[in-house]
Amino acid sequence: MSAPTADISIQLARQEGWNRPPVIEPDGEGELLELAMGPHHPSTHGVFRMDVALDGERVVRLKPVFGYLHRNHEKIAESTSYLASMPYTDRLDYFCSLTNNWAYALAVEKLVGQEVPERAEYLRVILAEFTRIQNHASSIGFLLQEMGASGTPLMYAFREREKILDLFESLTGSRMMCNYMRFGGCRVDASPAWLDAARKVVAELPEFVDEFESFLRTNEILTARTQGMGILRPELAVNAGITGPMLRASGVNYDIRKVDRYGIYDRFKFRVPLGDHWDIYDRYMVRMLEMRESIGILEQALKDIPGGPVMDPKAKIRGFRPKPGEAYGRIEAPKGELGFYLISDGSPNPYRYRVRPPSLINLTVLEDMCLGHNVADVVLIFGSVDIVLGEVDR
Amino acid sequence: MKTVEEIKAAIETAVPGAKVDIVTNPGPSGQHSLLLGAQTAATVATFLRDDPELALDFLSNVSGVDWPDREISEKVKVPKQVVKTVEGVEQTVEEMVEETRKRVEPGYLEAVYHLYSMARKHGPVVLRMRTANRLDSVKLPSFTPIWRSAELQEREAFDLYGIVFEEHPDLRRILMWDGFKDHPMRKDYVEPDDFEYEPTAHDEVLARAQAHKTAAGAGITPQETGR
Repeated sequence: MSAPTADISIQLARQEGWNRPPVIEPDGEGELLELAMGPHHPSTHGVFRMDVALDGERVVRLKPVFGYLHRNHEKIAESTSYLASMPYTDRLDYFCSLTNNWAYALAVEKLVGQEVPERAEYLRVILAEFTRIQNHASSIGFLLQEMGASGTPLMYAFREREKILDLFESLTGSRMMCNYMRFGGCRVDASPAWLDAARKVVAELPEFVDEFESFLRTNEILTARTQGMGILRPELAVNAGITGPMLRASGVNYDIRKVDRYGIYDRFKFRVPLGDHWDIYDRYMVRMLEMRESIGILEQALKDIPGGPVMDPKAKIRGFRPKPGEAYGRIEAPKGELGFYLISDGSPNPYRYRVRPPSLINLTVLEDMCLGHNVADVVLIFGSVDIVLGEVDR
Repeated sequence: MKTVEEIKAAIETAVPGAKVDIVTNPGPSGQHSLLLGAQTAATVATFLRDDPELALDFLSNVSGVDWPDREISEKVKVPKQVVKTVEGVEQTVEEMVEETRKRVEPGYLEAVYHLYSMARKHGPVVLRMRTANRLDSVKLPSFTPIWRSAELQEREAFDLYGIVFEEHPDLRRILMWDGFKDHPMRKDYVEPDDFEYEPTAHDEVLARAQAHKTAAGAGITPQETGR
């Protein structure tokens, strides 16, 4: 699974409309059943609606409906200063507030040409990888919950997540709404005691992943319900802008940590897991393997972390007015490519503030993956995308 | 990775008659962009995706930007007939006088696309397209038939900015509800003058409610509803 496959050939034999959802003709008799799954369906991870048309149990049409959680985050950010949006980014993907912070800080640092001290870069990597582990563990837990394994697997994931959230709380003051990163560094330094506690958590993690995986890998229900289900072809995945574990489960070797080498990711040795069946099981497995790679990165980072300041002393905090210009900064968030596009007109507020939400764009192909499957599998396919509605609707 | 100048030259050789301009970015990020003419944009985009050297197969980000009409005042020197007393005699002399002139630069809506290459692992290449104005001619060609990832993002730009993407297969509102009238991300958007529930409405809220009452004649104040 970890062997890199060949890059996608761009000279595909393209027919008209090859990247559109196929049309499935109903073969049963009688009328189609139109069903609104959501916005209060328990499997929708929040408030999300899928308008499905069913022929018997078979899905022949599926239209996602968004906007139930829309609060125009972008407009709010344009009416306030750059720094004041930092706590608001926590609320985008509330499972991964630290990676949201990092993506925004990175975009602003690109906009003003700001440097980040080495210790802060290490802290960012440590926190981002912790975030990735707890996100992937919970997303697998939720997937199993949707398969009917009520509660128990999710609690295994949450037990581990709790340890990581405790670390976040003792460093940043908050379990989920961390508001930790600043333009040019991080808000507070990590004490040696915190680093020791982090090392202790990391030392326990491989055992958790082994245990979690041994319960699941050969589980008959899991394999029966996920293998060969919800296939996403790599050509379509690339064309539809799918990113993150979902793209890599479709066998495309594209990890922004490797491609952009933002921060200090060029210093760490890690592999990019790839799927070769492109189904739900691969998405689950890629997340499992990514957790292992993240543990490896954490071990290296916690070993090498240097001393020094966590904030660039030349960083301007008061009267922060970037020169006119624009920048697009992106990172590999646990759910995919999280980007921020900023335009400055020289005033203290951003002229344009745009979030590129991976959760929303990964839903582009939901219909393509679900067509022809039973309605019970729609829940699983949707769960394997791994979204958070706070980011989808913004 | 080619520079924007090289990409521009490549487009001009491959797509004859293509209108491409370079928009420089004065900031330190150095992400310059290419401004495409709407007529040939779809052909240019297909070339950018299929050219083996550029191979921009991944459209990452689509954003709308609103640039309202700008009033620019500038000082110009104009010749003017001035009556002056020169050596005790009144004369009409032509002199250069500074005058402040105001002109309105028309606004436009802009769609910005960030492209990367997954096959060659480079990017970003930034494309922009501009509408003729902000009111009645707001059409731009859609890139959704070329990159499917534009599907939901162009719907968002349509919803929040009012850019109409032609040939988009499913152009509907996405975040706001279907009956909504305005485009809330525009710079001149005014929030509707409705008031929200407050346990004891007072001051500003009451004043706004009163304005409703006089204007519409049927406005309801919080007291009347017994809130």
